[in-house]
Amino acid sequence: MTEIPEHLLKRSQAARGDAGGGGEAAPAGSGGDDDGETIPRSLLEASQQPGGAGGAVAPVPAGAGGGVATLAPPTAAGPDGHTQRLLTVVKSGSIQDVKAKPMDKVHVWPHLLAAEFTAALFITAFATIFSIFVNAPLLELADFNQTPNPSKAPWYFLGLQELLTMFHPMLAGVTIPGVALGLLAIAPYVDRNPSNKPEDRKFMISIMTIHLMFWAVLTMIGSFFRGPGFNFTYPWDTGLDGIFHL
Amino acid sequence: MANSIEKRKPSLQERMNDAMGNAVDKTQSSQAWNSIFRPGSIFRKGYTDSPRNRSYVVMNSVLYHLHPVKVKRHAVKVSYTLCLGGLSFFLFIFLTVTGIFLMFFYRPTAAAAWDDIATLQTSVAFGLLVRNMHRWTAHLMVLSVFLHMARVFYHGAYKAPREFNWVIGVMLLQLTLLLSFTGYLLPWDQLSLWAVTVGTNMMGFTPVFGEQVRFVLLGGTQIGAETLLRWYVLHVLLLPFVIVIFMAIHFWRVRKDGGISGPL
Repeated sequence: MTEIPEHLLKRSQAARGDAGGGGEAAPAGSGGDDDGETIPRSLLEASQQPGGAGGAVAPVPAGAGGGVATLAPPTAAGPDGHTQRLLTVVKSGSIQDVKAKPMDKVHVWPHLLAAEFTAALFITAFATIFSIFVNAPLLELADFNQTPNPSKAPWYFLGLQELLTMFHPMLAGVTIPGVALGLLAIAPYVDRNPSNKPEDRKFMISIMTIHLMFWAVLTMIGSFFRGPGFNFTYPWDTGLDGIFHL
Repeated sequence: MANSIEKRKPSLQERMNDAMGNAVDKTQSSQAWNSIFRPGSIFRKGYTDSPRNRSYVVMNSVLYHLHPVKVKRHAVKVSYTLCLGGLSFFLFIFLTVTGIFLMFFYRPTAAAAWDDIATLQTSVAFGLLVRNMHRWTAHLMVLSVFLHMARVFYHGAYKAPREFNWVIGVMLLQLTLLLSFTGYLLPWDQLSLWAVTVGTNMMGFTPVFGEQVRFVLLGGTQIGAETLLRWYVLHVLLLPFVIVIFMAIHFWRVRKDGGISGPL
């Protein structure tokens, strides 16, 4: 999973090679050898000698955990003649307050994209195979003088057409679907319960399930149980010849 | 012994392999190649499966860039989303592609429409297959958008901060239904004519402006040749244009609202 990029591996190997070459010089600990150290040795030594050089502030031993260590200005110039001065060492906890908890995340590629690609492939395969075996309907040319019996709306509107048999068109065709869609749209502003746990949302889940089932049942009645004259019939009486006429 | 190996002439096969390798190497290090394939592309020289390249793949692809580089671990579980939102989008693309194909063979006039479809089915290579695909995936898209809505509701994913995206989603559902419904009329057969007659009769009962809306949509008081042209333009241009805008907002908000919701 966690592969180290090639260029970093090379760099570390090169660094290791360098360290191996000058291996004897490094631990000798001469004051001037600052290679590979974050805090120049000369500065560290200066900070540990209370009477040294400036001596204005009482130094705190490195790693004392006090949060801030103040160092005296160094006397000696650092490498290349630069004057270096370590002002403070601040522990990260005292200046960074991380509130967000680290979240378990994965790379979109390949974890998500592979799943999406597979799903797209499956749906394409399904659509292709289904289309090879089942033809889309193409009935006779449209004829205004010949009303088919029954005349049905597309299946997703059959719930509405079913309501039309029970109520005035103004109610069935406009008011009920309008209110249903309106309530659906403002659901997040009505539902003030912040939890998304199913056990905390029994009421909303029940309402939605009833709502969905209401339309599903109406749509199925409209699709399969309505014969000539839009009268009630059983699918096994009329046959399922027109089942793909949608 | 070693001498003989050194002196052996490379076979034709080896020389060809060498030449191929050199050509590939040269192409892959050329400026043109590297300007086309951005870092992270598998076609780049020295592509390896590293965390850096995994990030680059998403960052440097216009399509994959819909996604962030990383997502919550539970978000990639198929059992959580059932891929429904993504599939709805994919079906939209699929419908666009098949729809463009159909447009080459279709004239939206009452005199020509039905004949064009019949000709498409019998005399155009893959015409029947592509029309079938367009029809069935259209129904599939209505279904997947609807199921996506149900999934989002049952996960309580419409709650803050995603309230507005839910509203956009409800509009996308209506736009999907309208797209499917406008396409229903286009074959101009008995099924289309009367299904649309039943469907549009209901619109007339909208209070105050119902009759006017119906008149504008039908291009008259009854369905006729004008209706066909209007619904064609709605189906192939206006509604796709609008739905793409809404989809852009929808996808953008998914990321702005902190990725998909959950876990439960």
